Amino acid sequence: MGYLAYYSGTSVVLSVLTLVGLYYLLTDQGYRVDFGWFLEETSPYMWAYIGCSMAIALSVIGAAWGILVTGTSILGGGVQAPRIKTKNLVSIIFCEAVAIYGIILAIVMSNIVQKYPSDADDDVIAANYAAGYKLFGAGLTVGFSNLFSGLAVGVVGSGAALADAANPRLFVKILIVEIFASAIGLFGVIVGILQVSNAKMGEAAGAN
Amino acid sequence: MESLTFNIDNGYLEGLVRGFKCGILKRDDYTNLVQCETLEDLKLHLQSTDYSNFLANEPSPLQVSTIDDKLKEKMVIEFQHMRNHAVEPLSTFLDYITYSYMIDNIILLITGTLHQRSISELITKCHPLGSFEQMEAIHVASTPAELYNAVLVDTPLAPYFIDCISEQDLDEMNIEIIRNTLYKAYIEDFYKFCEETGGATADVMCEALSFEADRRAFIITINSFGTELTKDDRAKLYPRCGRLHPDGLAALARADDYEQVRAVSEYYAEYKLLFEGSGTNPGEKTLEDKFFEYEVKLMVNGFMQQFHYGVFYAYVKLKEQECRNIIWIAECVAQQHRTKIDSYIPIF
Repeated sequence: MGYLAYYSGTSVVLSVLTLVGLYYLLTDQGYRVDFGWFLEETSPYMWAYIGCSMAIALSVIGAAWGILVTGTSILGGGVQAPRIKTKNLVSIIFCEAVAIYGIILAIVMSNIVQKYPSDADDDVIAANYAAGYKLFGAGLTVGFSNLFSGLAVGVVGSGAALADAANPRLFVKILIVEIFASAIGLFGVIVGILQVSNAKMGEAAGAN
Repeated sequence: MESLTFNIDNGYLEGLVRGFKCGILKRDDYTNLVQCETLEDLKLHLQSTDYSNFLANEPSPLQVSTIDDKLKEKMVIEFQHMRNHAVEPLSTFLDYITYSYMIDNIILLITGTLHQRSISELITKCHPLGSFEQMEAIHVASTPAELYNAVLVDTPLAPYFIDCISEQDLDEMNIEIIRNTLYKAYIEDFYKFCEETGGATADVMCEALSFEADRRAFIITINSFGTELTKDDRAKLYPRCGRLHPDGLAALARADDYEQVRAVSEYYAEYKLLFEGSGTNPGEKTLEDKFFEYEVKLMVNGFMQQFHYGVFYAYVKLKEQECRNIIWIAECVAQQHRTKIDSYIPIF
């Protein structure tokens, strides 16, 4: 049943897009499908703030999901083995760190955004547009890498809690796996910082 | 993606059941139990395990049947706790586990009523996991059709009775046929449910249930030698969700003695090993013991995966095996007959 809905939905969307594209192509209106116009008409503020929101929103989704997966296992395992309660909070802290990365980037990005006059020089306008795209890209980078890092830490943390409940010597070994899972979120933050490092908006943006 | 969504509804219960599983007796505990001289010693040794003081309020001298009842009671309390906390689809899964006990209870009540036992005495012998509301009303019926219409149509087992209300009346032979027909319908239904759930649940449960189906087929065949059960009737009782379906079951339906059954098992690698190691000579394990061992192995493997429902089924089966082990040891100790005391089946 699920497959039927999925395949029929996808084929409807694809055929509509193909038909619309063919219409424009065959009626010699191909010039009206203009990506450059789209990029020029949209405001860099839109791109910048979408990036900003993706950074924090996706990071928080990843952290929340990870905490839910780990937390329920800690609760369940802690009934018969109460000693795991405090040690396994470390898994929760790893998940939380992912949300902190997201908020750091979001604050950095929202501080970059400034007003610029619409009658400024071309290179000022160009620099502002570039900054908008950079912030969008950085937001997606940080958001998605933190989302998956949070998920990974959550699933591993759940296994760590249950393994610790069964055999206390296993916890430290599984913690190493969690550290690696957490590191990928850090990679996303590093790349994101690099992406926004020379993004400048405002009147003085064009001056190098 | 089961690992991401399983814990939303079932994370706490999986953690809980794994905690219970860690409390299952290990080899060291069994070594201690085997060395007991009296049942009081046994009670003392059980106090240091997960069972703690479950026998504390029992008057001495201790009976083996009391120990049996209390062991079952502890497992039932744990199961009911989990069932009360479960939501769909885990709650349906846990209900499926109780249906096999319900079938046993119904058959027990019908047989008891046929032998004119009082209903209250029979109710105390029923397994608590399989209790349902209309248990007291079973004695009013004298044919399966009446039984169905009066009592069973409101129970969750109603769809399983379609195949057997055509039986004419309830006598000793027909009761066993009813039991096996019900069980066949139940296990095929459970198998379909697990298959539809998919993922790791299907992996673990379908293997466990197909082994159970095949084991029933072998046991029905072996037990039917020398009785009046015709081969056609016997073939109708085999559950079809196992590895033996369809060729093995057809061959089993034609079998006349134990050697032919063993010949059928030769075609299936796992069952061949089980039949090879078994026999009725002293020092060899019986076929039932080999089946139990294989089941324990499958159930222990079920705990190796996370985020599936099979752990609950595996926990119930392993606790049952633990009960059987402790009662075996208790009987050997009580009767001071220690030659076969080591024939329990170690779990961990």
